[in-house]
Amino acid sequence: MRERAFSPDRVQFAWIWRAVWAACLLPLMLLVAGGLRDALGANPIEHITRATGDWTLRLLLLTLAVTPLRQLTGWHWLVRLRRTLGLYAFFYGSLHLATYVWLDQFFDWPGIVADIVKRPFVTLGFAAFVLMLPLAITSTNGMIRRLGGRSWQRLHRAVYAVGVLGVAHYWWLVKKDLTEPIAYAFVLATLFALRLWHGRRMRRTLEAQAA
Amino acid sequence: MLIKRQTDIVPSEITPRALFDSRRDFIRAAGLGVGAALLGAGLSGEARAAGYGGQSLGLLLKSPLSTDEKLNDYKDITSYCNFYEFGTDKSDPSRNAHRMSTRPWTVSIEGMVQKPKTLAIEDVLKLAPLEERIYRLRCVEAWSMVVPWVGLPLSALLKQVEPLGGAKYVEFTTLADPKTMPGVRSAVLDWPYVEGLRIDEAMHPLTLLAVGLYGEVLPNQNGAPMRLVVPWKYGFKSAKSIVKIRFTDKEPVSSWTRAAAREYGFYSNVNPEVDHPRWSQARERRIGEFTKRKTLMFNGYGEQVASLYAGMDLKKQF
Repeated sequence: MRERAFSPDRVQFAWIWRAVWAACLLPLMLLVAGGLRDALGANPIEHITRATGDWTLRLLLLTLAVTPLRQLTGWHWLVRLRRTLGLYAFFYGSLHLATYVWLDQFFDWPGIVADIVKRPFVTLGFAAFVLMLPLAITSTNGMIRRLGGRSWQRLHRAVYAVGVLGVAHYWWLVKKDLTEPIAYAFVLATLFALRLWHGRRMRRTLEAQAA
Repeated sequence: MLIKRQTDIVPSEITPRALFDSRRDFIRAAGLGVGAALLGAGLSGEARAAGYGGQSLGLLLKSPLSTDEKLNDYKDITSYCNFYEFGTDKSDPSRNAHRMSTRPWTVSIEGMVQKPKTLAIEDVLKLAPLEERIYRLRCVEAWSMVVPWVGLPLSALLKQVEPLGGAKYVEFTTLADPKTMPGVRSAVLDWPYVEGLRIDEAMHPLTLLAVGLYGEVLPNQNGAPMRLVVPWKYGFKSAKSIVKIRFTDKEPVSSWTRAAAREYGFYSNVNPEVDHPRWSQARERRIGEFTKRKTLMFNGYGEQVASLYAGMDLKKQF
C-alpha cells in the first residue's frame, strides 16, 4: 500500500487556491505595469499579443496537467484548482483575441473576417477560442448539475481539441524558429500519452480484479 | 518631431535619443509604485550601442533622397532587430552582438570582375564622402521604421572591381562566426546568410552601404561594420555585417528563399498587393504608432525604382 498522499485541510486549501489565483493574474499585472512605464519594447502591441497568447497556451496546458498529476501523485484535491486554471486560460484567450481585434486590427471588421477566412493560423486560433466558449459557460456548479456529470465530462473533453488548435495556431504563425511551438506540442503530447497510459493501466487492474 | 529637409541641421544633431533618454529618466524617477516594483531588471534592460557604435562619424553630407518623416528613436532602432545570427528574438541582437569584433574587418569582392579586391573597412570608408540617408524600412513582418542611416552608395564600392560584361547579379555573404554568434550554432537558417541583387539594383543610387546610424558608427546589432540598405525591398534583403561580395551570372539563392521559396522570393520588393502566404502585406505598423498605415508600392520609392521592373509580373516574380 502506498502511504497516504498529502491533502490540505480547508484553511490550507483556501491559501493554495488564493496563491494560484494570484499567480495566474501576475502575467496581466506585469503587462499593465510594463505598459504604464513604457517598458514593453519598440512594438508594445506585438508584445501584448505574444504574452497573452503564450499565457493562454501555458494555462491551457496546466489545466490539462491536473488530471495526470493527480493520477501520478494521488493528490486528488488538485482537481479543485482545475476550474480556476481553465477559466484563466479562457480569460487570457479572450485578452489575446481582444488585443488582435482592438489593438492590432483596430476594429477593421472586413479585415478581421478576411484574416479568419484566409489566414490558416488566424482560423485555427479563432476556432480554438470559439471552442473554449461553451466550456467556459458550462464551468459553473449549476451547469455541471444541469448537464449531468457524464455529458458534462464528454463536452469538456473538447479541451484537448482546444490544446491542439492552440499549438497549431502558434506553429503556423512562426516565421522560422519552431523551438517554442515544438516545446508546447511536446508537453501536450506527453500529457495526452500519460492519460492514455493511466487509462490502460486502470482497465487492466479492473480486468484483473474481475477475473 | 517633423524634420524638414530644408534645415541646415543634420537630424542627428537634434537626436531624439537624448530626449528619449531624459524622458525615461523622468519616468523612472517618478516611479510607478507597484508596477515598477513588480518589474525586475529583466524588462527594463536598455539597448546599448554595441561594438564601436556610438562614436561620432563627424560631418556628413545630407541627401536629397532622404525622407522628412518622423524618425524612429535610436533605442527602438537598436533594440528591435532581426539579426538571426544573434538569436531569433527581436531583443537578442542588442543583448548578444557586443561579442562580435568589427575591427579588423575586410570585405572581399570577387567572381566575375576584372580586379578582385579585398578591402579593409577603413578603406571602404574613404571611397566616398559619408552621407546621411533617412529611409523608410519595411520589414516582411508588416512593421516599419524611419531610420537615419549613414553610408555611401554601394556603387562606389562595386565600381572598384570593374565587373565583367557577363555578370548579372551580385551576391552578398555575411559573417557566420559560431564563436561570437549564438544563433549560428542552431540550424534556424542555412549559414552563412546569403542575399542577392540584380546588378542594376545593386548599382541604383538608392542602394546604400550603411556604416552608421544617427550620425554615429553603426552598432553591432544593426549590422556593423557595413551592411546593405535597399529601401524598396523587405528588410531581410539588406544583408548585415558583409564579408564577401561576388559577381555572378546566375541568380543567387538567398537564405530566406532557401528556407521557404514559396514565402520569400528573389526580388522581395515591398508590394501591398502580394501577400505573404500566411499574412497580409497591405498594411504595416510604423513602430511608435498605434494604428496601422497602408503599405506603399516599393515602400514609396516607386518613382525611383519602378522602371527597374518594367514588363515584369511582380505577382509571379515576388
